[in-house]
Amino acid sequence: MPLPAIGLRLAFRFGEYNRSSQREKLQLAAGTKVEFSSRQLADVAVVAPVGQIDHSNAQKLQQALTPMLDQAAAARTPVVLDFTGVEYISSMGLRVLMVAAKQMRGAGVRIAVAALQPVVQEIFDIARFKHVMEVFPSVRSALHDLSAPALSAYDAAQ
Amino acid sequence: MKCVRFWGTRGSLPVALTAAAVRSKVVAALRGAAGRSFASDADLERYVDDLDIAVSGTYGGHSPCVEIETGCNEYVLCDLGSGVRPFGQKAMARHGAASPQTYHVFMSHVHWDHIMGFPLFTPAYIPGNRIRIYGGHAELEEALRRQHGPPSFPVEFSALSADIEFVHLDPGRVYDIAGTQVSLKLQRHSGDSYGYRFTSDGKTVIYSTDSEHQLADLNETEAFVDFFRDADLVIFDAMYSLADTISIKADWGHSSNIVGVELCQMAGARQLCLFHHEPIHGDESISRVLAETRRYEEISRTGKPLLVTAAYDGMEIRL
Repeated sequence: MPLPAIGLRLAFRFGEYNRSSQREKLQLAAGTKVEFSSRQLADVAVVAPVGQIDHSNAQKLQQALTPMLDQAAAARTPVVLDFTGVEYISSMGLRVLMVAAKQMRGAGVRIAVAALQPVVQEIFDIARFKHVMEVFPSVRSALHDLSAPALSAYDAAQ
Repeated sequence: MKCVRFWGTRGSLPVALTAAAVRSKVVAALRGAAGRSFASDADLERYVDDLDIAVSGTYGGHSPCVEIETGCNEYVLCDLGSGVRPFGQKAMARHGAASPQTYHVFMSHVHWDHIMGFPLFTPAYIPGNRIRIYGGHAELEEALRRQHGPPSFPVEFSALSADIEFVHLDPGRVYDIAGTQVSLKLQRHSGDSYGYRFTSDGKTVIYSTDSEHQLADLNETEAFVDFFRDADLVIFDAMYSLADTISIKADWGHSSNIVGVELCQMAGARQLCLFHHEPIHGDESISRVLAETRRYEEISRTGKPLLVTAAYDGMEIRL
């Protein structure tokens, strides 16, 4: 019996940086278009998913992230996941983040999650996720910790 | 099916309250009562009843043993952790040695914390008692026999006077035992474990402990959702946090409160009971996990509310 859909929406879309973002559309599964925004700020890649990340679409998130993470790992440049637009994340979504964190850790590259909405912050707390992943209150604070050039680029864009 | 009664709810190892922990409970209760007056013992009892169990009591420390009251005059148990000892004492006090009883025991697996109570299960020493031990493991009998006798225990298994039989069960089949329809499901755990689904009188109870749910395998998730489907009660291994189960404790064979909520919600279950508590957790930690689990259920809810409870030694859940 198929799993019931819980919050089917996972649309990667342009976030606050859309003017300078490179729009990417990936055909990840039959008939499923996934849009997401990504932006390179100096040496830091900022990725902004939007919506509810759950069992129905977490694997698509992983597929979308993989090439970006591979690129960042090869270049040894940090990654920030901007969660401003993420309304909910299930255990499957958290697992995707954990896989990403393990990959980056293995490559000696930092990855951080930033700007959690209050409900998502609660979920991170309940899951004890701050113990396994770097979390920052805002994208700016993450960049402040990760890269001075990226922070400058971020401030210049404001 | 009338009731589920918990005799042991800890995982891995039995634990006991320390003197310091008892003292902190007394201090917290007195602090809460400061400035209040109690006109009667009934008032005092009401005050205590309103306290969190972490202050007024304890989740207990026995390793897994759960009794399912089916309405039939034979006992049904899940696992033989240290909790089976107080169960056996109560059964003996009720029936005495002259009134033989039948005990049906369904084993999740044969790790030590789930079998350690059997050498001290008094009914096993009483002639006339019948004990049927069911499970999916080929080594079920061997595991229970070898913890008896020197050097581990002074009494040989052969000295047990009850009529003891081991019964192998196959996943995928439905058995009619003690007036209950029983099926079992293979679970992810070191050496394998089995979850059980009990149905009678229109009520369904799931006993699913020592089971790691990785969820990345959607077929496996679907199978568990089907196994839990429309259950009135799901007794669920929520030993670790989600972060632990997918990081340092991945492949340790246990699950989390968050995954328990999600599986129960997908299955349309009515009640999730957190079970197999981490032995290093004090009562306050378990109460905090319970509160957080209830909050996560609110956040993730898309249908009917799921009642969330945390098992404690001595707890009864009426069905």
